[in-house]
Amino acid sequence: MAKLNTEPNIPTPDEFYAALIAAHEGKTDTESAALNARLILLLANHIGDADVLEQALAAAQ
Amino acid sequence: MLDDRYSLAFELYPYRQSPDQSAARPVRHPVVVVGGGPVGLATALDLGRQRVPVLLLDDHEGVGTGSRAICFAKRTLEIASRLGCSGPMLDKGVVWNVGRVFQDDRQVFDFDLLPEDGHAHPAFINLQQPYFEKFLFEQISAEQARGAPIEIRGRNRVEAIEQHDDHARLDIATPDGDYQIEAGWVVACDGARSPLRGMLGLDFEGRVFEDNFLIADIEMTQSSFPTERWFWFDPWFKSGASTLLHKQPDNIWRVDFQIGWDIDRAEELKEENIRSRLDAMLGKGVEYRLVWSSIYTFQCRRMQRFCHNRVIFAGDAAHQVSPFGARGANSGIQDADNLGWKLGLVVKGLAPPQLLESYDTERIAAAEENILNSTRATDFITPKSKVSQTFRNAVLKLAETYPFARPLVNSGRLSVPCVYDGAALNGPDALPGGPARTRVGSACVDAPVGNGHLLEHLGDSFVLLGINVDLPDLPETAPIPLRRVVFRTSDDLSGALAARYLGTGAQAVYLIRPDQHITARWSAYDPTAVQAALMRACARE
Ligand SMILES: Cc1cc2nc3c(=O)[nH]c(=O)nc-3n(C[C@H](O)[C@H](O)[C@H](O)COP(=O)(O)OP(=O)(O)OC[C@H]3O[C@@H](n4cnc5c(N)ncnc54)[C@H](O)[C@@H]3O)c2cc1C
Repeated sequence: MAKLNTEPNIPTPDEFYAALIAAHEGKTDTESAALNARLILLLANHIGDADVLEQALAAAQ
Repeated sequence: MLDDRYSLAFELYPYRQSPDQSAARPVRHPVVVVGGGPVGLATALDLGRQRVPVLLLDDHEGVGTGSRAICFAKRTLEIASRLGCSGPMLDKGVVWNVGRVFQDDRQVFDFDLLPEDGHAHPAFINLQQPYFEKFLFEQISAEQARGAPIEIRGRNRVEAIEQHDDHARLDIATPDGDYQIEAGWVVACDGARSPLRGMLGLDFEGRVFEDNFLIADIEMTQSSFPTERWFWFDPWFKSGASTLLHKQPDNIWRVDFQIGWDIDRAEELKEENIRSRLDAMLGKGVEYRLVWSSIYTFQCRRMQRFCHNRVIFAGDAAHQVSPFGARGANSGIQDADNLGWKLGLVVKGLAPPQLLESYDTERIAAAEENILNSTRATDFITPKSKVSQTFRNAVLKLAETYPFARPLVNSGRLSVPCVYDGAALNGPDALPGGPARTRVGSACVDAPVGNGHLLEHLGDSFVLLGINVDLPDLPETAPIPLRRVVFRTSDDLSGALAARYLGTGAQAVYLIRPDQHITARWSAYDPTAVQAALMRACARE
């Protein structure tokens, strides 16, 4: 079974985080929530593996 | 007229009348440094050691009370070591490596700055800024005794400046009235509010962070806190939206509370109100003495250009950052390090004034990097929207359990020297398999050699470093002096020298600037190539 990677995996974490926050700039709370939902769906599709997604859902609880 | 803006921690250079004040016409000085903070002192010290006559003017008579900077980074200590005064800093300073991050009452994670072996200086020391400045001043006195042409004039306040083609004229106020001098070059180290910047009508654009920070230094003789950096997000004791605790020498602790934007400053600064925040954090019955406190707002900004004809800006006068990451004084000292040798060569007529352009581009790149890091840390610490608060808290929550989230937690990315990648002065990077950390543009990384360390062998002239290569017949580089330093990998049994300077190569030749930045490297010795790279590094080609 594939395992959810919870070790650091983003080479430039500060850049990523800044881009993530910048993506939300000027949005209302509702728009931000919608952006987050789209983002999760895109990333989930990219991952694809059902086991990994299930572990991620559990870890996020 | 000459009112003090602050009280003194140490009186170092009491006002004395100078013959310039009664001269028939303004006396010309090759270099005048305005401002005796850490950056001005380091600049004067560097120039004086090169036997370049330098006059430093400060509107007070010594170092102000109030600590401000406390974290001094390894690169700063290495520069101080080159200037001859890291010893007293290390003796007095507190070395720390471990940091802990908390949210509410839980530890999110801890980190160890893991000082790599084989360095003469630790990753960081904590030392009150007044001591740091005092040790620089004492080194200036020691160099003066050896004949270094450095003069410091206390209670001399620059009131006006006029730029001319080959000099600037300064109007100076003293207790005995005003006088004028001329300066071939002015180095403006007059701090974040830089009066000189204002007098020249220059910009200082950037971002203000809408939050206030209450900073208190307290003396606690009986404390159970270890010598570590502790940072709380949303602390359980509710004394601030975030809180930072740091140890300094003399049983002094720095506490830093984030207290919000809409506050009544005078009210917050009342001792009873500061004490109620501290009591909530430390617990009732813990005894302490309040040594110093102040409220700050933070900004990240820089000047568009640092060089303006005959006036060169350095330190806080040129750029300002929030303190998360300790990039203020630490980057200012790197400005002085970068400028010192260039201005020295120009004043001596050994390099064209265009060399100073490289100070502008290299240190602007560094300022950009510092502003970026300090802005990101401040954004993480003080989230400005609901969604960024949500992400911030999600990161902190996940970081308790999952290692991946820990690199995303940002309570300050601590100061490291800027690499001058792609700089105009750089020569070839021709060492296949050479390590990235010693690529052209980087500050030399320390390494053990024999019973000591590499950096202490470099000194402050241009150096050609050979590793496993003999360097017979240095090329003709007059009038620029070039020193030869040769080591073998067998001089360091730990293998660090090879790992840091050879990588997968068997031998290497490094050309190193007086500020100990690498300006070219090769896998074999070619005197003609060395000569060309050296001329390029002095803008003489
Ligand atoms: C709360 C706080 C914490 C900080 N912590 C850190 C830290 O941990 N690490 C770090 O690296 N940095 C830190 N900093 C930043 C650091 O204090 C500054 O970056 C540093 O003092 C800048 O040095 P400077 O020499 O450029 O200017 P300053 O230290 O401001 O010195 C300027 C000097 O110029 C003089 N002057 C001004 N006008 C005139 C005039 N017209 N004529 C003559 N003289 C004049 C002033 O009196 C003063 O002596 C902190 C800052 C704050 C506020």
